[in-house]
Amino acid sequence: MLNRFANPIRFLRLADQIQPWAAILTLVLFAAGLYFALFNSPPDYQQGETVRIMYIHVPSAWMALFCYTLLAITSGVAMIWKHPLANLAGRATAPIGATFTFLALITGSIWGKPMWGTWWVWDARLTSMFILFFLYLGYIALQDAFDNAEGGSKAAAILALVGFINVPIIKFSVDWWNTLHQPASVIKFSGPAIHSTMLTPLLLTALAFKGYYVWLFLINMRGEIAEARCRALQVSQIQNAQVAKVATSDARDAHAD
Amino acid sequence: MTTFIEIVRRDLRLSMRHGMDTIMVVMFFVLVILLLPLGVGPEPTVLARISGGMIWVSALLASMLSVERLFQTDYEDGSLELLVIQPFMLELTVTAKVISHWLITGLPLLIIAPLLAGMLHTGKDGFAALLLTLAVGTPLLSLIGSIGAALILGARQGSILLSLLVLPLYIPILIFGVSAVDAAIHGLPWRLPVLILGSLLIGLAPFSVWATAAALRETMRR
Repeated sequence: MLNRFANPIRFLRLADQIQPWAAILTLVLFAAGLYFALFNSPPDYQQGETVRIMYIHVPSAWMALFCYTLLAITSGVAMIWKHPLANLAGRATAPIGATFTFLALITGSIWGKPMWGTWWVWDARLTSMFILFFLYLGYIALQDAFDNAEGGSKAAAILALVGFINVPIIKFSVDWWNTLHQPASVIKFSGPAIHSTMLTPLLLTALAFKGYYVWLFLINMRGEIAEARCRALQVSQIQNAQVAKVATSDARDAHAD
Repeated sequence: MTTFIEIVRRDLRLSMRHGMDTIMVVMFFVLVILLLPLGVGPEPTVLARISGGMIWVSALLASMLSVERLFQTDYEDGSLELLVIQPFMLELTVTAKVISHWLITGLPLLIIAPLLAGMLHTGKDGFAALLLTLAVGTPLLSLIGSIGAALILGARQGSILLSLLVLPLYIPILIFGVSAVDAAIHGLPWRLPVLILGSLLIGLAPFSVWATAAALRETMRR
């Protein structure tokens, strides 16, 4: 499976088939999710109408962690098996993950103003999400900091693996520390502690965001593969030009002799 | 083992002869602390309350600024290549380099910190906690910093990049260090954060040495 899609052309062929489906699925699920979230779900008995922000906030936060986990996995695959597409997959995922993290922070702060009375508090969950945002930015910056693109990808892969320590810290920060942020209520051993009328729109938008990720990922992947190909072409062009130059100068030398 | 000690001694000797490394770090540390009473006012109660955090933040910045040179000079004069290809485990070489970095920059901070704590009116209770957390925490800073220092070799705008990479990873250390000092100042038990720092040091040491060595190998391949 891993080896089969090491070939970019084969990967692109598969991507062509998946991409329209991902797009359709995203739009349908998002429309349904928004309908449920805005019109067909009750306001919370404590939070009132602001609870509807959650239907964007929670899926974005899940996607932020999900993207970083994927980033760590692709980095591991790139380092262990030297898989040619794994580095590109990391490059394609990082900006999407950074945007989801940003979205989670922004929506959380918009929700926090009416609920907690402040845009921002320095509690464990918020701070660790903020760190995650900077880990994404560090990954993106490190990738482009070298003249040699492949070297940049390898350095960034090591950083992604080191930064992965932060993901369990974010996940369990609400259980380990007493914080303002509420603890997990969907994934629990005792079953979800959230009513089905609220769970439906939440799961719909979460799935829509997953589909959205796949859609954007495939678009980014196409760009990354094209860029890698351009670079390879440029290098071979320069090499050919140099070979031709050496050949003509050799011929001239031979003529002079 | 002889190779290990030899690498530590080489770094120490280099920094002695170049001179300024240790002095610069300590000067930076003292100057940042000096800015504090000028910035927030010289009131002893205010200073005492924020002294733990301030000393920790400046120690962290001083360590980060100095860690950039951990591999940079060796990379520029080519001796890093010899360190990588010599028949000695690269992970151990990295450990030796980290230890020497701590001896050159971490230890002087530890020595000067009591003086600064006194100037900031930290108080007797916070004093012990501050020294103990710095003693456990500064090697951690050197370890994590070494990953960043190895990753940025040959990069454009290396030093700015280094702070972007390393500071987010420093944050947990800062949190535990400061929470121990704060608890001690308020007369609360501060054993737990120190224990967490110690376990972080033991747990992260092999991991970060491995990551640094991997980054150095990639640098050599570039």
